[in-house]
Amino acid sequence: MATAADRFNINSQLEHLQSRYVGTGHADTNRFEWAVNIHRDSYASYYGHHTMLQYFAIAENESIGRVKYNMMQKMLLPCGLPPEREEE
Amino acid sequence: MFLYNLTLQKGGGVQCAVYGNFSAPKAQEIVVSRNKVLELLRPDESGKMQTIVSTEVFGVIRSLAAFRLTGANRDYLVCGSDSGRIVVLQYDKERNRFDKVHQETFGKSGCRRIVPGQFLCVDPKGRAIMIAAIEKAKLVYVLNRDTEANLTISSPLEANKSHVVAFHVAALDCGLDNPVFAAIELDYADADQDSTGEAAAEAQKHLTFYELDLGLNHVARKSSEPIDNGANHLIAVPGGGDGPGGVLVCAENFIIYKNQGHPDVRAVIPRRNALSGDRGVLIVSSATHRTKQQFFFLAQSEYGDIYKVTVEYQKGTEFVSEVKIKYFDTIPPCVSICVLKTGFLFAASEFGNHALYQFQGIGDDEDDVESSSATLVETDEGYQPVFFEPRALRNLHPIDDVESLCPVLDMQCHNLVAEETPQLYALCGTGPRSTLRVLRQGVALSEMAVSPLPGNPNAVFTVRKSASDEFDAYIVVSFTNATLVLSIGETVEEVSDSGFLGTVPTLSASLLGDDSLLQVHPGGLRHIRADKRINEWRTPGRKTVTRVTTNARQVIIALSGGELIYFELDQTGQLMEVEKLETSGDVACLDIGPVPEGHLRNRFLAVGSFDSTVRILSLGAEDCLQTMGVQALAAAPNSLLMLRDDGSGSIYLNVGLTNGVLLRADVDSVTGQLSDTRARFLGARPPKLSAVSVQGKAAMMALSSRPWLGHFDLANRFALSPLSYEPLEHAAPFSSDACPEGVVAVAGNTLRIVAVERLGEQFNQRTCKLRYTPRQMSVNVDRNTLAVVECDQSSVPYDERTGLEGAAGEKDTKMDVEGEEDDEEEDEVTMTPAEQFGAPKAPPGSWASCVRIVDPASASTKQIVEMTGNEAALCCCHVYFPQADELFLAVGSAVSLTFSPRDSEGGFIHLYRYTQDGGIELFHKTPLDGVPGAMCGFKGRLLVGVGNTLRLYDFGKKKLLRKVENRNFPNFIKTIHAQGERIYVGDVQESFHYVRYKREDGSMYIVADDVQPRHVTAACPLDYDTIAGGDRFGNVFVSRLAQDVSDEIEEDPTGGKTAYGQGALNGASHKINQVTQFHVGETVCALTKGTLQAGGLESMIYATLMGTLGALMPFGNREDVDFCTHLEMHMRQELPPLLGRDHLAFRSSYFPVKDVIDGDLCEMYTVLPHEAQRRVAEDMDRTVSEVLKKLEDLRAKVA
Repeated sequence: MATAADRFNINSQLEHLQSRYVGTGHADTNRFEWAVNIHRDSYASYYGHHTMLQYFAIAENESIGRVKYNMMQKMLLPCGLPPEREEE
Repeated sequence: MFLYNLTLQKGGGVQCAVYGNFSAPKAQEIVVSRNKVLELLRPDESGKMQTIVSTEVFGVIRSLAAFRLTGANRDYLVCGSDSGRIVVLQYDKERNRFDKVHQETFGKSGCRRIVPGQFLCVDPKGRAIMIAAIEKAKLVYVLNRDTEANLTISSPLEANKSHVVAFHVAALDCGLDNPVFAAIELDYADADQDSTGEAAAEAQKHLTFYELDLGLNHVARKSSEPIDNGANHLIAVPGGGDGPGGVLVCAENFIIYKNQGHPDVRAVIPRRNALSGDRGVLIVSSATHRTKQQFFFLAQSEYGDIYKVTVEYQKGTEFVSEVKIKYFDTIPPCVSICVLKTGFLFAASEFGNHALYQFQGIGDDEDDVESSSATLVETDEGYQPVFFEPRALRNLHPIDDVESLCPVLDMQCHNLVAEETPQLYALCGTGPRSTLRVLRQGVALSEMAVSPLPGNPNAVFTVRKSASDEFDAYIVVSFTNATLVLSIGETVEEVSDSGFLGTVPTLSASLLGDDSLLQVHPGGLRHIRADKRINEWRTPGRKTVTRVTTNARQVIIALSGGELIYFELDQTGQLMEVEKLETSGDVACLDIGPVPEGHLRNRFLAVGSFDSTVRILSLGAEDCLQTMGVQALAAAPNSLLMLRDDGSGSIYLNVGLTNGVLLRADVDSVTGQLSDTRARFLGARPPKLSAVSVQGKAAMMALSSRPWLGHFDLANRFALSPLSYEPLEHAAPFSSDACPEGVVAVAGNTLRIVAVERLGEQFNQRTCKLRYTPRQMSVNVDRNTLAVVECDQSSVPYDERTGLEGAAGEKDTKMDVEGEEDDEEEDEVTMTPAEQFGAPKAPPGSWASCVRIVDPASASTKQIVEMTGNEAALCCCHVYFPQADELFLAVGSAVSLTFSPRDSEGGFIHLYRYTQDGGIELFHKTPLDGVPGAMCGFKGRLLVGVGNTLRLYDFGKKKLLRKVENRNFPNFIKTIHAQGERIYVGDVQESFHYVRYKREDGSMYIVADDVQPRHVTAACPLDYDTIAGGDRFGNVFVSRLAQDVSDEIEEDPTGGKTAYGQGALNGASHKINQVTQFHVGETVCALTKGTLQAGGLESMIYATLMGTLGALMPFGNREDVDFCTHLEMHMRQELPPLLGRDHLAFRSSYFPVKDVIDGDLCEMYTVLPHEAQRRVAEDMDRTVSEVLKKLEDLRAKVA
């Protein structure tokens, strides 16, 4: 009985984490989901660190505002289209 | 190895800026975030931006907003940072600092996706703050006032929605109704699941309104309306009776008015004629100007064009009928623009210098292009665009240019012009605003006038006619046998009616009492009364006056033989002898400070004697000329100066010694005891001290082999900084109409009037303008010239520019300047059209590039070689080939380079030979199969990193000959350095690789690599086994190959090749160790070694993209390390960073900080309250002054 309760507990904790923190993995996380998540995290981090934006802006010879915009646009589909789902 | 990190100059770049009244009602002020430094700026009366306070926050500032509570007249500042906390600050005028009013924790620290801090907006009535993350999270804090009128902040109200990306948030102006916030949002949930791409194609941005119900204390997602998918920026429109409310949604090419229950009003943003059709126009910054009668918006596009946006609406129904966008002016693109109520515009540039403009018009000219929602035409291809041609400034007039090094792309430390200390050569800026700056340590002196004198003077004085005069009346110049009196008026000319005796040398000339003058010459005193009556006092017998010091009421003279005589001004304005003292020997120097306000006399006289002592004598009535304090010195004193800090009332005695050392001691203001002495070597000549005034405060000039300025800085600390000017012999304060706070000085046989400018800056600069973004530079050690490679993507090459941005425009500007020289002010800020408009845009993948030879002495260009064939020059180095017996310039270029993924149509190595006149000519070109990232001369050959291949080239007549190569580098070679047989290669993602070259079997192989994935941007070898590096994320680190491994590699006859031929797990067989690690917080793009001080310590100097210059100084002994480690630990406790980021966590953002002590934090010890200072010092078994002295000594070693 106790073990069942524990398992339930861990699962519910995981679920809680997954709902609370975007990108928390689970047993069935696939390569694509992981990559998408990493990319979004990276873009968010670049966006927050002004000198990284400067770094990109200098390389691309664009304004920082444009680099920011491009990065946010890439938050949608950062790794292209998702792979087709395998039917279970 | 332990290092001490010190910021030498705070960054000039701005991340965001907000306008507000922070210090007082109606004070026009701007708070800027310089990434990790928070600054308060204010324009002074002459329109120069002055830094009022500057605080390091040890965190990343991401957003700022100013707000005020209803009825209040001063603004609070709220900051979003990487601390996971919201912090409300208030500026404390008395203590000149930001005080933390509230700090509320809401999430994890770090710049994360779902932790709020990126976006910040405040209800215009100051009732609520929304702080939002890039994704999902939005928090609303309710602001209120308690019974004592203090600001209160509620617990956060959540308005989260998963899978939603926010682009911008704004607070609507809805008067006294419930606060409403608007956000541009994009939901990606469906697109992530749909593999067909339909959902992604249909993804739609929404403008979501969040209403804070003040009654229910609850935030509701009120409505969400689809908007243009190019939306990126929101501007709130005044409401609540002053306007229609709602928001302007700035999207790519459009500005759309939106409000709840209001139809969209769309206007197209006018675009430049020259802009190609596939480029959009994006608004990147905006400002709102509102007065009682009207309001309008200024919005700036990514190209720098400012538009004036106006909204036509019906009063009463608040129905918006029209949105008009009119071309206003063009200035370089900004991160933030702020409109000041006094008619100024502060433009915080993305890169390069910032500027303050004055409004000359508000865009009412009829002939400027205007687009309107009413005339919007929709065609089959979309909306009809409106075109304009950018023009010179019409509505804005530049007032001040705020220097900024941001971004520094490369920097090296060399002494190319044979000065006492080396100069820093920094490549700064982007595009047409790029510059090469020659930085010299020291405050800049601007020269107002230089005039020749008939001989070499031995003293100079300035004299006012009366105590109530604001300005000086005479300059008195003393020669060995004569005195010259110059009167200051419209012009400076010689006069003879001043009453001063012209036939003797002058020891002192000053104002005495209210309106009489005193001249002291070897023969005696000459007291000139206001009515030109002259009282003379002659020296007894054959004695002469050797030294003298005076203030407004007291005169002390020293006679030959060592007799001191003290005179004081009595009630009737007569100079009376008060006391005499025989001393044992001649007096070396004398000084008395000014009479303190509200006192009859200054109580302290400092006397220096040739027996290497300095004494403090009392001038009090009871114990006149009695010794109060004595200090033994290392050498005979040469010059004395008493300096009083008006802030704390403490008195410092400065002593210039004959051995070139400046000594500073505290004078006890009651007992006159000397304590807490600090010494600093200033230069080869004995420092001569003179009192001057800087920013209204007492300051000191110390003239040694270079001039120094001692003054009380912003934090009221005494700072001694070198002046960047030629050696001076004598100086005196000078004040006139044109130059209220200057110095008149003597150098050789010239008289100069100079003034200190921009006191806060540690470096002064000479600028050489460049054409494109500079990438790298290399020094020709034979000719002492610099070679710079420049390139810009998607920019039209200079020679192909047909418009004003090209050569034509440059000529025009020059003509204009020459023509208008007479009626324009001197410090007029002029921009060439290319600097103002930016370079014309070309399609991506096209490049403009050039190689430039610069003469560092004059900071001028000797030659420019433009690259053709879409080549981009990326790296360069000087290389000596023994076969040709010549030093060549090698330049690596890539053809049609594109990024992500990195690709090119090959590349070239250009080999240039130097001509007789110092110019260059192409010798030959060697084609490459990839992108050259770095180059280095190596044993009479050339090492080139091509993509991930390291290659060794030998000299050939027609082209370079490929000798050896190694293709085993992970990604892309970014840096190459070589020493002996060893080559240090920095990879763009995989840190350093140590490579060994074996001549016998002609091979290069990797002997060691790093375990940490470092994105190397800069490298600087320290010794044979050690290399320092900087990475893209703002870390500086030192890596070292262990001694035993190093020996093993060196001793092994095969060089370890056979034993370690194949490493483990795709890496090299040996690993380098991390020795030190430190997070600077800004991308470090340049790292170099250098000694900036005569007699200073060689340290690593780094420069960042924000323009910060810092030094990492190696500790000499363990005691200092222990001291600083403990002090740092205490400082973390006593003064946690302002924005709530943990200091240790910040310095360890990417890798744990190792063996680097943060001097910036340690130096904040000086701003601790006295109580805390004492506590910390006691814990460390030291006194407060010992701690302060140690800190000062540490800084003095570098800067």
